[in-house]
Amino acid sequence: MAEILVYVLHNEGTLNRNSLGAVSEAAKLASELGTTADAVVVGGSDLTDDLLGTLGSYGAGRVFRAAGPEGLAQPVVDVMAKVIDEHGHGYAIFGGGLLGFEIGAGLAARKQAGVTMEVTGVSVEDGKLVAERPILGDSQISRSKYRGDLGIIIGRINAFEVRESGSGPAEVVDVEIEYSPWSTKATMVQRGEQRGADVNIEDAKILVAGGRGLGKAEGFELAEALANALGGAVAATRAVVDAGWYPYAAQIGQTGKTVSPKLYLAAGISGAIQHKVGMQSSENIVAINKDANAPIFEFSDLGIVGDLNKILPRLTEAVKAKKGS
Amino acid sequence: MKICVLVKEVPDAAVEKRIDASTGRMDRNGEKNLNPYDTHAIEAAMQIKEGGVIPVEEIVAVTMGPESAVRALHKAVSLGADRSLHLTDAALAGSDVAATGYALAKALEREAPDLVLLGQQSDDGECYTIGAVVADHLRMPSLTQVIQMDVADGGLRCERQAEYGYDTVQVELPAVISVGDAINEPRYPSLKAIMGAKRRPLETLASGDVGIDVALVGVDGSRVSCGEFHAPPAKAAGQIIEDEDTNETVEQIVAWLDERKLI
Ligand SMILES: Cc1cc2nc3c(=O)[nH]c(=O)nc-3n(C[C@H](O)[C@H](O)[C@H](O)COP(=O)(O)OP(=O)(O)OC[C@H]3O[C@@H](n4cnc5c(N)ncnc54)[C@H](O)[C@@H]3O)c2cc1C
Ligand SMILES: Nc1ncnc2c1ncn2[C@@H]1O[C@H](COP(=O)(O)O)[C@@H](O)[C@H]1O
Repeated sequence: MAEILVYVLHNEGTLNRNSLGAVSEAAKLASELGTTADAVVVGGSDLTDDLLGTLGSYGAGRVFRAAGPEGLAQPVVDVMAKVIDEHGHGYAIFGGGLLGFEIGAGLAARKQAGVTMEVTGVSVEDGKLVAERPILGDSQISRSKYRGDLGIIIGRINAFEVRESGSGPAEVVDVEIEYSPWSTKATMVQRGEQRGADVNIEDAKILVAGGRGLGKAEGFELAEALANALGGAVAATRAVVDAGWYPYAAQIGQTGKTVSPKLYLAAGISGAIQHKVGMQSSENIVAINKDANAPIFEFSDLGIVGDLNKILPRLTEAVKAKKGS
Repeated sequence: MKICVLVKEVPDAAVEKRIDASTGRMDRNGEKNLNPYDTHAIEAAMQIKEGGVIPVEEIVAVTMGPESAVRALHKAVSLGADRSLHLTDAALAGSDVAATGYALAKALEREAPDLVLLGQQSDDGECYTIGAVVADHLRMPSLTQVIQMDVADGGLRCERQAEYGYDTVQVELPAVISVGDAINEPRYPSLKAIMGAKRRPLETLASGDVGIDVALVGVDGSRVSCGEFHAPPAKAAGQIIEDEDTNETVEQIVAWLDERKLI
């Protein structure tokens, strides 16, 4: 029976949480299919036997380890293709993130396999995996079925729960690999640069999040004033982080932080899926946006259609007044 | 250097996108436009050309799609492409991501570009991945989501945000790069460019012209089939306030927050 292979991303000796979720999910699916789940890692000397052994407690049987560059997709495609060729895995699963998308797609090309991305749920039907993917701005869910020898599933971030099954350490298997010529033509110059101040948004009970609607870097002063009044912190979208308006450490979303504060208040944020996945479990969601059709209103508890430049300063004053009373 | 830019025609953002229940595919009727994310890829090509660090002989817009997709090519040309290539064939309809990437790679192979640029996502498909598929078929290095790209050391010095912060990656040419929407501010086409776009060379190609194995494309050649569309569990609709009198709006927000003990 064709096993499931899961790519596990890591950085500085720590395994990625979404990858652990993918391993947990694969282990669960594998037991339903009557097969087993394995993991694959590519990197340097921080990938010790001890560290990789811990993947056993999330349900991985074997961990295939190859020496190679970190943070780049194409070398991992080579390694996974080789492991699959030798061991006959029937599915490859990735947690959320950027590299998973690139590796999964590259592997689909290499192995002529079907691939589904942004998957939020996987089930077993007639002895095969079926993947669910929200489409069209999460307004519909589509079900993917696979043909052929390999099916590739790229999860949406936070879609797969991390579950410890309490099994013993996984067996570590070293893979000797000769990389494809084109897989070594991209080289990492610097990985994981933190741009801007190191702020903590994950522990805040209240977050005022700012997006491109704030207009310019100085626009964040409005968000900061409100956050101060409410006793919370300020968070941001990738659009404004990429633009250099706010620090990366404050970013919520697919390639940022996942938060679930008591109150999340968005100012000038459209509500793109990649942002939503990082904040949708917030207890109370409030959004201020001048566009009544902004997707964020689809998942807000309170939506205000209006100009944030008018609303934020007065809201700050009103909150201060309320607190003072 | 020769740059190929992948572009796609997508339903206009103002049009509600939906699935055609009879075919299980995207309903592609109604207003269509060039995928807005692709305008960043064309702009990136123009900036390399105008930057002058490396001479750019040609920028070629490439699309795969039905007859109507020529409009996306015209738009791409009005934004700076020198000519365009339209891969169109009934056999290609219904291709999944892997099949689409394979077909585009075959069309690109014939052009032998030094650089393939594409957008971070298509507005309708939202797969984020065509670039990685194309690159593996072309045997080229590849990166997605690039927001800074400079010609350096005979290749490209690229920056992008990944899982752990910003990565800087040096990529040798030829390469396939998908650009993020923060990379640039696309220009508006001039009226003259819009008028002239239809007169620029546009080549139409069928599967056979570029050696596509039709067993690997279309509905039957795709390894994944999507269907059984259904609505997600309904979430209780939130309360909406249209801001007319801001003092009143603010009062309502404060009351709402207060009710939930958030102040
Ligand atoms: C692989 C990948 C990973 C990504 N990762 C992330 C991530 O981790 N986090 C993230 O946030 N994004 C991420 N993105 C980007 C995401 O898709 C969106 O582009 C981004 O979230 C948009 O940010 P925004 O809402 O600030 O900007 P926009 O989408 O431009 O929205 C700005 C909003 O402000 C409103 N507005 C403008 N002026 C005013 C005003 N005066 N008053 C009120 N409202 C106003 C507008 O109506 C608009 O809705 C990722 C994308 C990809 C492809
Ligand atoms: N049919 C197509 N023809 C040409 N380019 C495409 C096509 N589909 C997708 N692309 C390119 O691939 C990018 C990413 O699309 P996607 O992977 O569908 O999100 C788009 O921005 C386009 O540049």
